[in-house]
Amino acid sequence: MILGEEDYITEEGEFVVNMGPQHPSTHGVLRLKVWLDGETIKKVEPHLGYIHRSIEKMSESLSYRQYGYLTSRMDYLSAHINNLACALVVEKALQVEVPARAQAIRIIIGELTRIGSHLLWFASAGLDLGGVTPFFYAFREREAINSIMDENCGARLTQNFMVPGGIVYDVRPDFQSRVKEVLKQFKDNFHEYNEILTGNVIFQNRLKDVGILTKEDAIAFGCTGPTARASGLSCDIRKMYPYDGYEKLQFDEVISTGCDSWARYEVRMAEMLQSVRIIEQLIDNIPEGDIVAKTKNVIKLPKGEFYQRVETARGELGVYIVSDGGASPYRCKYRSPNFANLSAIPHIARGYKIGDLIAIMATIDLIIPDIDR
Amino acid sequence: MFIKEYFGTIFKSIKSLLTGMKLTGYYFTHLNKIVTEEYPDNRATLKMAERFRGEVIMPHDEKNEHQCTGCQSCELSCPNGSIKIITKQEIQADGKKKKRIDTWVYHLDMCTMCGMCVEACPTTAILMGNEFEHSQYEKKYLKKVLNKPGSRLKDGVE
Repeated sequence: MILGEEDYITEEGEFVVNMGPQHPSTHGVLRLKVWLDGETIKKVEPHLGYIHRSIEKMSESLSYRQYGYLTSRMDYLSAHINNLACALVVEKALQVEVPARAQAIRIIIGELTRIGSHLLWFASAGLDLGGVTPFFYAFREREAINSIMDENCGARLTQNFMVPGGIVYDVRPDFQSRVKEVLKQFKDNFHEYNEILTGNVIFQNRLKDVGILTKEDAIAFGCTGPTARASGLSCDIRKMYPYDGYEKLQFDEVISTGCDSWARYEVRMAEMLQSVRIIEQLIDNIPEGDIVAKTKNVIKLPKGEFYQRVETARGELGVYIVSDGGASPYRCKYRSPNFANLSAIPHIARGYKIGDLIAIMATIDLIIPDIDR
Repeated sequence: MFIKEYFGTIFKSIKSLLTGMKLTGYYFTHLNKIVTEEYPDNRATLKMAERFRGEVIMPHDEKNEHQCTGCQSCELSCPNGSIKIITKQEIQADGKKKKRIDTWVYHLDMCTMCGMCVEACPTTAILMGNEFEHSQYEKKYLKKVLNKPGSRLKDGVE
């Protein structure tokens, strides 16, 4: 879009600033067009499309075994959970029973992904708001989690550990001991995060009462995940529509009624500990048995429409597939959490200072490739 | 009252900063707790995980024999078309014609290391290698032919 001069100068004393697409605090190529009156935000308009790769269209020419790998490139921090959504929708359509061992391993890796994702969010939130040191402490634990992915799945970020019906290969024999080691390291070091960032009064003052997202607004904008749960909206898909064995596990849905950026921070910090709790329930009782259910060589879905939702680290990811009975989807649509969460930013940022916009974006935790797909 | 609150906040901020500084000071003085790896300098000792997917390789044995029958399962399973197999008809010792691979072209520049070709291979002719330093000055160097010159199919692999 080419901007004319009239787009920039609207009123006396009011001016327009383009934040991004190369701004470090937008974590990617998001461009926010911000109308300012002095330092006060009057209007925010997100501009998308800088990283559009037409993943949905590409999926239409790929088979049901192949199409999931593209979702690793959407929300790259919860790649495993995105792949899970793609596998689950095929399993749902074919009515395949997934072996218990595969389910347990999927959940463990998925929750490790969630912890790793929240750790990166913690690191970058601190970085955005001016604290460089927390980054290194969070990345120490994230590195340990990534090593587990590396050893067992074959890649650190884009695991591609999933096939419809199970997982690609069995975990290594030292998987349990390694996961326990990492969890112990994480729990022992968790107090350091609180010391260095959570307890910091300057950091707290930058987040408290900034970016109020009320429960009604969260529902209206379709916010999900920790962003909505910090507004008091109960929306954890793992609790509400359990999938893939989550119904057997005990964990709490973290809900805060603070509605501000600080509440979103607290919810994510508490969610990491809930993920630890889930893994601890499973790690000692991974059932023996097969790791993949038998499916046909060429998977063909029955004619119809299929939808599956999962809870990624940032909210609800929905995969909607229209099948015409062929070997590849007729239409594939992803309902991505970040797109809905982004739509709330123009509403909640209005009236705050431009520095607060950084705080709002940091705590909503946007991943830009997931917005554009 | 306002002044008391104002200075109270300043005092609390400094106290919380010092709490954080104490932590960084602890790691500054405990050098045995350093976890960073000095990557380009530790190449000699760097060991990647066994399953790490860095590139597709085709192992050849000492007689320069591979196990690829040219069935093209990998080519079909590749989601982004980074594999191209050109086959030829080879006359065997008993006079029969059989399909054999001529060139096994691997486009490293298109590969996303998903590992689906390795899963699909019925004869484990290809594997994922651990090498990850693939940067080149020109794109043409990323197009590779995996079967070595003069190599042939291992006996007994169908």
